[in-house]
Amino acid sequence: MRKAFGPLVVVGAALFVAAPYFIAQAPYESTMGLIQKIMYYHVPSWIAQYCAITVCGVASAIYLFKSHPVADRYAVSAAELVVLFGLMGLITGPLWARKAWGVWWQWDVRLTSALLMELIFVAYLLVRQYGGPGSEKLASATALFGTATGPFVYKSVDIWRTVHPKTTVVPTLPSSLGAPLALTSAAFVLLFVVLLTLRVNLAERQAALDEMYLALED
Amino acid sequence: MTFLRTAWLVLRKDFAIEVRSWEILTTTLFFASSCVLVFAFAFVKEGRAVEDAAAGILWIAIAFSGTLALGRTFERERYGETLRALLLAPAPRPALYVGKLLGMLALLGIAEALLVPMVAFLFQAALFSRPLLLAGLLAGGTIGFAAVGTLFAAMLVRARSRDVLLPILLYPITIPVIIAGVRGTAALLAEIPDEATATMWIGILVAFDTVFVTLALWTFEPLMTE
Repeated sequence: MRKAFGPLVVVGAALFVAAPYFIAQAPYESTMGLIQKIMYYHVPSWIAQYCAITVCGVASAIYLFKSHPVADRYAVSAAELVVLFGLMGLITGPLWARKAWGVWWQWDVRLTSALLMELIFVAYLLVRQYGGPGSEKLASATALFGTATGPFVYKSVDIWRTVHPKTTVVPTLPSSLGAPLALTSAAFVLLFVVLLTLRVNLAERQAALDEMYLALED
Repeated sequence: MTFLRTAWLVLRKDFAIEVRSWEILTTTLFFASSCVLVFAFAFVKEGRAVEDAAAGILWIAIAFSGTLALGRTFERERYGETLRALLLAPAPRPALYVGKLLGMLALLGIAEALLVPMVAFLFQAALFSRPLLLAGLLAGGTIGFAAVGTLFAAMLVRARSRDVLLPILLYPITIPVIIAGVRGTAALLAEIPDEATATMWIGILVAFDTVFVTLALWTFEPLMTE
């Protein structure tokens, strides 16, 4: 991961620089017009959040059963990114909804469950912050339960009739809209990888510093 | 065999302690009924309850009193420093969890036996028109809530500020279960009881219960290891 970090930053930055051009090039969607372009931020932030949830869930399971500190660093870093990308989705969503549906917020299954997912991972961070020693394990169980809810959030739009578009919409987009979306999605996933690497690195240094403090006290 | 026996012994132990004082049962029941009254003041307009309020009030009262009871059962173990003894017993750890879960289910079952007639009486809610479906919803919702609650209450025993952290962890994770319970019950309370919708929500509850109980049994052992 560390060796690839430089090239990843360069490619990610290039994608973010190129994105406005491609988004501007993409044709207007017939019914929503300009406002539909929020999709190029909204969908990728949720894709990045699902990546973060997967990393957090897997790392938490490994930490819970193997007590490997490296896994815990990945879990906490990914959990922070779940909250960050979730926040991006929860901000861009209402902005889009205000114009497309006429309301900021709708108590729709997808919206409610996405909000819940955000709450679960905020709870994860709260437990780590205020749970005292040993709270890492408690937090990892929270993450496992949160990850188990993930597929439910994703599939909810297909099970219930909702105002939110179904999961089948994205693959059936015409390529004039789909290609810029693929580009911005790749950019967000790269952003996630870069941020995760930086945050894990920070966690490693914190752990090393703590060890040095302990060694000094002895 | 030892699994079920251990679970049964844990349940019997908790019951024997509870019978001495009835502390958790009486406080939980009183809290549950005061919850209903607090919400009654909020949702009754001109002598009549707001539509669907009865279903919501019933489930909120169950969730709130359940949280209180969960905190108390494990506080008792902590106070007596008996949790370690329990964990040292040469018995499968998940069996201890199942024993605690059964105790919680029994307690919440008693609370529901009080709450359902109370809500039906105070809000003129036709809760008894489809008793089997209501029982299914209550059982599914209670199992899902208590399965997560017992696990988190057990592992929070050793954590700092556990009183605050239990609801913080419990509510976001169990809200799907509470939503299913409320929507299913509201469907039963409609002018013409909507059995298909209620059955659909029972199905969702069963799915969530399966996931939650499996995850809890799977993670209880590593979580309770020091």
